Amino acid sequence: MRTVTEERGVIIGLEVHTQLSTASKLFCGCSTDYREDEPNTHVCPVCLGLPGSLPVINRRAVEYALKVAKALNCRVAEECEFARKNYFYPDLPKGFQITMYDRPIGTQGYVDIEGEDGEKRIGITRIHLEEDPGRLVHAGEGDRPKYTLVDYNRSGIPLLEIVTDPDLRSPKEARRFLNALRTTLEYLGVFEGDREGALRVDANISIEGQNRVEIKNISSYKGVEKALTFEITRQRGMMRRGLGIERETRHFMEARGITTSSRSKEVEHDYRYFPEPDLRPLRVRSWLDRIQLPEMPAARRERFMVQYGVSLTHARTLTGELRLAEFYEKVAHVDALLAATWVADTLLGELNYRDQSITALPPERFEALLRMLKSGAITDRGAVEILRRMLDAAARHEPIETPERIMKSLDLGRDNATDLMAMAAEVVSSNASAVSDYRSGKREALNFLVGQMMKRTRGKADPRELRRVLESILTSG
Amino acid sequence: MISRKDVEHIAELADIGLAPEEVEEFTHQFNLILDYFEILDQLPAEGGWTRTDTEDLNVMREDLVVPSLPQHEAIMNASAREDGFIKAPRVM
Amino acid sequence: MGDPLNAFITACDLPPLKEGRLSGLRIAVKDNISTAGVPTTCGSRILQGYVPPYDAFVVELLRAEGARIVGKTNMDEFGMGNTTENSGFGPTLNPIDPRRVSGGSSGGSGAAVAAGMADLALGSDTGGSIRCPAAFCGIAGHKPTYGRVSRFGLVAYANSLEQIGPLARSVQEIATLLQVLCRHDPRDSTCRNRPFDLVPTGEIRGVKIGIPEEFFGFGVDPRVAAVVYRAIERLEELGAEVIACSMPSMKYALAAYYTTCMSEASSNLARFDGVRYGLPVDHRPSWHEAFREVRKRGFGSEVKRRVMLGTFALSAGYYGRYYAKAQIARDLVREDFAQLFREVDLIAGPTMPTIAFRLGEKSDPLSSYLADILTVPANLAGIPAISIPCGEVEGMPVGLQLMGRHFQDELVVDAAYAYEQARGCER
Repeated sequence: MRTVTEERGVIIGLEVHTQLSTASKLFCGCSTDYREDEPNTHVCPVCLGLPGSLPVINRRAVEYALKVAKALNCRVAEECEFARKNYFYPDLPKGFQITMYDRPIGTQGYVDIEGEDGEKRIGITRIHLEEDPGRLVHAGEGDRPKYTLVDYNRSGIPLLEIVTDPDLRSPKEARRFLNALRTTLEYLGVFEGDREGALRVDANISIEGQNRVEIKNISSYKGVEKALTFEITRQRGMMRRGLGIERETRHFMEARGITTSSRSKEVEHDYRYFPEPDLRPLRVRSWLDRIQLPEMPAARRERFMVQYGVSLTHARTLTGELRLAEFYEKVAHVDALLAATWVADTLLGELNYRDQSITALPPERFEALLRMLKSGAITDRGAVEILRRMLDAAARHEPIETPERIMKSLDLGRDNATDLMAMAAEVVSSNASAVSDYRSGKREALNFLVGQMMKRTRGKADPRELRRVLESILTSG
Repeated sequence: MISRKDVEHIAELADIGLAPEEVEEFTHQFNLILDYFEILDQLPAEGGWTRTDTEDLNVMREDLVVPSLPQHEAIMNASAREDGFIKAPRVM
Repeated sequence: MGDPLNAFITACDLPPLKEGRLSGLRIAVKDNISTAGVPTTCGSRILQGYVPPYDAFVVELLRAEGARIVGKTNMDEFGMGNTTENSGFGPTLNPIDPRRVSGGSSGGSGAAVAAGMADLALGSDTGGSIRCPAAFCGIAGHKPTYGRVSRFGLVAYANSLEQIGPLARSVQEIATLLQVLCRHDPRDSTCRNRPFDLVPTGEIRGVKIGIPEEFFGFGVDPRVAAVVYRAIERLEELGAEVIACSMPSMKYALAAYYTTCMSEASSNLARFDGVRYGLPVDHRPSWHEAFREVRKRGFGSEVKRRVMLGTFALSAGYYGRYYAKAQIARDLVREDFAQLFREVDLIAGPTMPTIAFRLGEKSDPLSSYLADILTVPANLAGIPAISIPCGEVEGMPVGLQLMGRHFQDELVVDAAYAYEQARGCER
């Protein structure tokens, strides 16, 4: 029996911070490519907040923000302006963060996602530009660090903050929204989603009629769903015990999958915003006309279905990540449907399992593998084995050998591969009427031919493979 | 009218430590100063203000990387350092 | 070199990088202007030990024009004052009467030039900080139009109000220095490309000079007013047309100015936490305790007052009453000037309501603030303003202030030159 509390809906809004992929920082010329480097080596007087330094706006960051505003269907005001958000923390070298307050880049946009019951529109409250703070490392053991170490390399990296309306109704929807957002940003070429810390999320969640809880600083896509799921369970538990939900800020402990109270007394922060006097306002709405949006995920999905004849499920998967879509398009010419199955199911599965990125595998290698599959030179199982060998080599940063070489070295080459081809040729030549039926459009004739081959191999061969070998002969003949 | 408590509250908001005699002194002085600022109450409350003269918009730079400071120069003024990091008091 | 006036915080010797218009000249630089390798304290204990790794743009310009930089001058802490008594390094004494203050906040620069310890000096002017010491020490000082000189490297006190500018014994030298300083700098987004183009002629026939009555009210010492009126008559004799006028927004100007500069300062000064530079922070307590303690030890009373009042003026519930209203008042001041400059080319009046105060005379903050009433309007509107000596009261110099339209620093300087030439002939 469902209790009253469980029938009450969940209301979720997200604040997403994404690092824009400019070459230099938002207000100075320091490089944004800091991840592998020593602390405090990508800093200058501006991003260190040295006395007397002044910020200057990076034009490309503004262009990127406008691109996103356009893609997310936002309204862009005649004039926007940076403001100072004042709070004191050692990762903030000026004692304030330059952000946007009452005059952001975009407002009132939306994103369409696959919701719990069909397509759903998620409102975008606002998007604005701001600078990333530095990075803090807490030194010392456990719960009571002795001091803090600060690295300002991240200080001043351009962030785009995207705030949604409280339109999301479940952790799953939140995840879908983030996936859709990430894909959109990647398609726009303004964001590199797999860079560490490139996306951080604060989530506001409440159960109808109860106080709102803010969960701070969730740093992964999966984390968002986990944190929200935990939080709903926690809040429902409290309500079941007749306890109220306190309005508070909680932290998500990624490793343990739980949220904990920040324990700070919930003082309303007074950020004392005021217009940044060292910068001039921006009047850039007219730039929108010049911005050409690339083919966006939904359009590409439609095109894949039309151009390649792939299923909706495959099209959705393949276009769900920009580089996956590009990879697919590079190998699709071998055989669009075969490629779709092997990229969307086999390859993606292997990559996810290994936590590898699609960039690990050069498309030429995969293309060669597809050709071998198509010609019947290799079994499905053999192909998977070769694929794994290639991905293992990539993970070890070793050169990736060609699938042919791997096949030979592992002796995966099916001895009977050529036999199979010969056998198929024989079957084709000795069943002329079935062949001409097939060629005149009677697809069932192929079943007959497969049956003939099954007989000859005494049922040992894989019928799917036989089908493919036969098809390749029939279509090339 | 600003009270001692108000001054202490502002000091907390501003994160400035005050000696007890300063609290006393500032309470008196803030009252005089804020009384003087009351002239601003005569102005209409509504309506915005000019944030810029129009010629002076869209001041931006190109997205070009320029060399950063060498690490030793970046951290040389810090009171304490460790492995290239700058040391700060604990925040948790 | 001895420094009995306490004009310098740090003596240095930065040689010229090449020959130029300033070759052979010794220049003193206010200690809130960054000099690579030379301590820059802003007159504050909180910047103890800080050595900038970079030069302010104006310092680069000076050295590229042949100047030798001989020292960093004393100032009210972060520019907050008009006596130099708010320095963390003791007051600068007035070279004419060492029982009196040199003015502020660029008091060290004023005294150094007046006493001949430097040929020229740089100051910064947020609400009169160049013009006040110029008036009190009997030299010339110019606050350029906002945006004319790069602020890159100037440690910010109130960004929307302040400009770097020259102090010198003659208007000719002011003009020379402005030719060097007025250069576009892409590192300051508020800096415009408006080079200073003037060879002073001293010709002011037909120039219309407005005299707002308010500049002779607001506690102006009648003796000072009398000296300034005589100077204005002198300008009239030189062919200028003098027109009486009025500036009703003056009654809001001081409150608007202090609210704005305190608000901006409360934010600007938050970076002094003893972590990256300056007075070392104690690493044992937690962050907020340690931060609070550094500011308690490092800031003087006036800085604490302004940071706290600025915090208050921006805080939730008070922003509308203070910060927002101040900006509305600032618009009124701008509009009044715009209105006046449709009728006149220049506006004249005293620089300071009185002669240099005795040391310790302005112990009450509000009475000190009130002395800025005549200089802050130019900062609120961003217009150029110069102070030049125009006579004496009790043997102490009195400054004549001339203000002009945006980016018409040339006319302001030329009129000052005309007066200076005429007065020179007279004496």
